[in-house]
Amino acid sequence: MTNTILEMRSITKTFPGVKALRDVTIDVARGEIHAICGENGAGKSTLMKILSGVYPHGTYEGDVVFENEEVAFRNIRDSEADGIVIIHQELALSPFLSIAENIFLNNEIRGFGGLIDWNKTNFEAAKLLARVGLKENPTTPVLQLGVGKQQLVEIAKALSKRVKLLILDEPTAALNDDDSDHLLDLIVHLKQQGITSIIISHKLNEIKKIADSVTVIRDGAVIETIAGEDVTEDRIIRGMVGRDLENRYPDHTPDIGAELLRVENWTVHHPQDSTRVVVDRVNLSVRRGEIVGIAGLMGAGRTEFAMSVFGHSYGSRISGTIYKEGVAITTRTVSEAIANGLAYATEDRKRFGLNLIDDIKRNISMAALHKLEKHGLVDEKEEFAIAEDFRKSMNIKAPSVLAITGKLSGGNQQKIVLSKWIYSDPDVLILDEPTRGIDVGAKYEIYTLINSLAARGKGIIVISSELPELIGISDRIYTLSEGRITGELPVAEATPEKLIKYMTMEKPASLV
Amino acid sequence: MSELETTSADKSAAGAQINPVDKIFSSRFGHFLSDIGKNGIFIALIAVVVLFQVLTQGVLLRPQNVSNLIVQNGYILILAIGMVMVIVAGHIDLSVGSVAAFIGAVSGVFAVTFGFPWWLAIVLSLVIGALVGAWQGFWIAYVGIPAFIVTLAGMLIFRGLALVVLGNQNIGSFPDAYRSVGSGYLPNLLGSFPVDPLTIGVALIAIIFFIVHQVRTRRGRQSYDQEVEPLVWFVIKLVLVVAGLGWFAYSLASFKGLPITLLLLAFLILIYGIVMNRSVFGRHIYAIGGNRHAAELSGIKTRVVTFWLFVNMGVLAALAGLVFTARLNLAGPKAGDGFELEAISAAFIGGAAVQGGVGTIGGAIIGGLIIGVLNNGMSILSIGVEWQQAVKGLVLLLAVAFDVYNKRRSGGR
Repeated sequence: MTNTILEMRSITKTFPGVKALRDVTIDVARGEIHAICGENGAGKSTLMKILSGVYPHGTYEGDVVFENEEVAFRNIRDSEADGIVIIHQELALSPFLSIAENIFLNNEIRGFGGLIDWNKTNFEAAKLLARVGLKENPTTPVLQLGVGKQQLVEIAKALSKRVKLLILDEPTAALNDDDSDHLLDLIVHLKQQGITSIIISHKLNEIKKIADSVTVIRDGAVIETIAGEDVTEDRIIRGMVGRDLENRYPDHTPDIGAELLRVENWTVHHPQDSTRVVVDRVNLSVRRGEIVGIAGLMGAGRTEFAMSVFGHSYGSRISGTIYKEGVAITTRTVSEAIANGLAYATEDRKRFGLNLIDDIKRNISMAALHKLEKHGLVDEKEEFAIAEDFRKSMNIKAPSVLAITGKLSGGNQQKIVLSKWIYSDPDVLILDEPTRGIDVGAKYEIYTLINSLAARGKGIIVISSELPELIGISDRIYTLSEGRITGELPVAEATPEKLIKYMTMEKPASLV
Repeated sequence: MSELETTSADKSAAGAQINPVDKIFSSRFGHFLSDIGKNGIFIALIAVVVLFQVLTQGVLLRPQNVSNLIVQNGYILILAIGMVMVIVAGHIDLSVGSVAAFIGAVSGVFAVTFGFPWWLAIVLSLVIGALVGAWQGFWIAYVGIPAFIVTLAGMLIFRGLALVVLGNQNIGSFPDAYRSVGSGYLPNLLGSFPVDPLTIGVALIAIIFFIVHQVRTRRGRQSYDQEVEPLVWFVIKLVLVVAGLGWFAYSLASFKGLPITLLLLAFLILIYGIVMNRSVFGRHIYAIGGNRHAAELSGIKTRVVTFWLFVNMGVLAALAGLVFTARLNLAGPKAGDGFELEAISAAFIGGAAVQGGVGTIGGAIIGGLIIGVLNNGMSILSIGVEWQQAVKGLVLLLAVAFDVYNKRRSGGR
């Protein structure tokens, strides 16, 4: 019994017109944590789809050898039967079903007469939850859990399938630092129980922390496999991008002017439970040319703050004042907010930011159609020209502006969202997690864009869960905890440790 | 997000792998099908016409019958226009049949019982249709109740009110001018001939406009470096359509000339085509249907748009009711029965998507024509109403299945 649990040999996968994988060979040792890194489009998920059976045997060239036997999976059930379980980034949980129902979905524990034995189901589910460290009642509907806990349910589900090789696709992308740490610890813990893991991730610091070896893939080919001590962020980046990225964050010389936007005493209550305060007397300001960061744990109220400011799109019983260049304004509807020079790029671009079935140009024009309006009709020639300009200046990788947005990569989609807002000529842009799910190269492009917007005199508010990112691009950072502003630091004084301290400050007992 | 959703090739191939139906067709046949798919409904219309022409041994395409076809099924097309707009926005309207009946009854009371001038009766009826639409639009857009429920309630409410207005009787004998909306023809202004020159003249003008528009559209797409079909295909399609139009006009001209219903339809198709394809309002409808949240957060006033969509549907349902009542010369309790199903079928056969965001006026019209030909053809063949229902249902199912299959093959959702 050799030490290699998985060998993928000379895997080549071609789609019409494009070779997604070229002669890819990787070895995964039994019981190791093996990371796979690569830019969007490099071929990572294609490789994992072959391994998990989504692309069945016969649709690719090369061999997959699992536990010393050549395997030919026809579908996911085949790979799961052998002990290979893949957890996709978009969690495959059914929101209204309970934790236990989700864990045993399509794998139900049957009792008398083939009917489901609920007692046993909940019992087994509780055991699995204990293994992943999730203290929840197994009968809880999954939608009541935060993303971090849902992720743990997925892992419990994998454990119920007696997993030998666990594949995790961007497992911490939607998690805050606390949940991320917990998850990474769990993966290490599973390693100690003999479960091998393959992690696809962009988060280089996490990979450095737990991965035993890293395979870097670029343009469908393996660049190298780095093991043990040689795993450094710089080396991974160089492999992924093909060049050294000396600075992850572009140089930024702030040219800060007068106060542009000031929010005073902003209070928002929960939309369903109007006694619950979600944003608590927040005071915040942005000046011309300034990039202001908002740091906070998930649930701190950052997105809720932004959305409530932007047209009262979230929340009930909203109170407070907004001043634009010293003049009080109201933003009771989204169009009022836009008319007052605000723009808001949402956290979840697919759900809230784009019409995925429509083309690029119509998405870009969506927030500013009045600029293209002649006698009630849309000037389509002008729309096309404007979109073309953005395609070039933002470096959107698509054959033309008639390409359907839903088919483009995350980085390109985000650029389209930003184009939409830039086209609406705002003075203040609020960007909510602008680089989530985007590869290193595209992130750099977006940082550069943010800088150029600031240089043009706009005020930018950036909400991000990545503290190094906030520190790398902001001029000033606010920290939000449980709906209150707990700190305001010029970036020179900000360190991740200090920020976390402020981000975790609890409400003083007297104010509860 | 990982690049799980990167390339279109990736996606379509993934779909192709998982989709077992694909294994049935070799790739060449598949390509052929996909070319058909884009022009699919058009070819389906031709196929249905040919089928019934054969089955009825030539009766279908006799001038009188062609004229009847338009006049008898005009109401479906009017409803389909409003319905496809509602469906693109992600809603549905189940009440249009009952509303048509209600307005028909109301117009009867105005024109016959009260003796109002015919034009006043018509205007008042349309206004009431708008109010009905506003009522439903209010509940849907501002209170937030799903359109399915509101219009289901409307279906019951307005059918009931129609009966109330009619007092359990029929209202008949409408004034001539009113009746001409449903069954009238343009007078032979250029003189009486076996083949009406006015009709031919109007048709020629329409054909010229059509050719010019098609050529300009094609040139426009070429200037964007967009794919256009080979010139041969383009010319063939153009010739086919022009021949069809010409022959259609000749048929009408050989009978009684241009039906008023047809003029009304042409006007509506033109206006609404422009609204949906080129206007800001139309753009808003597609944006809301494609992703309501993204539309809202981009500043589109989704509630206002939805409200006016249903007002519009109310007016068009009223118009359909007027046309139908005028043709029958009767306002009765059974009017409008099943109209909503025909209108909804027309929109979906024409390519609208259940989730919203997809659908065209042109498609809905062709879908409506297919249903019209089915109605007409099966009646000529004396096929019982029960079988007619079954056939129409089957056609709807197969048409949408074909459409879904085509979209999946081309890598769509």
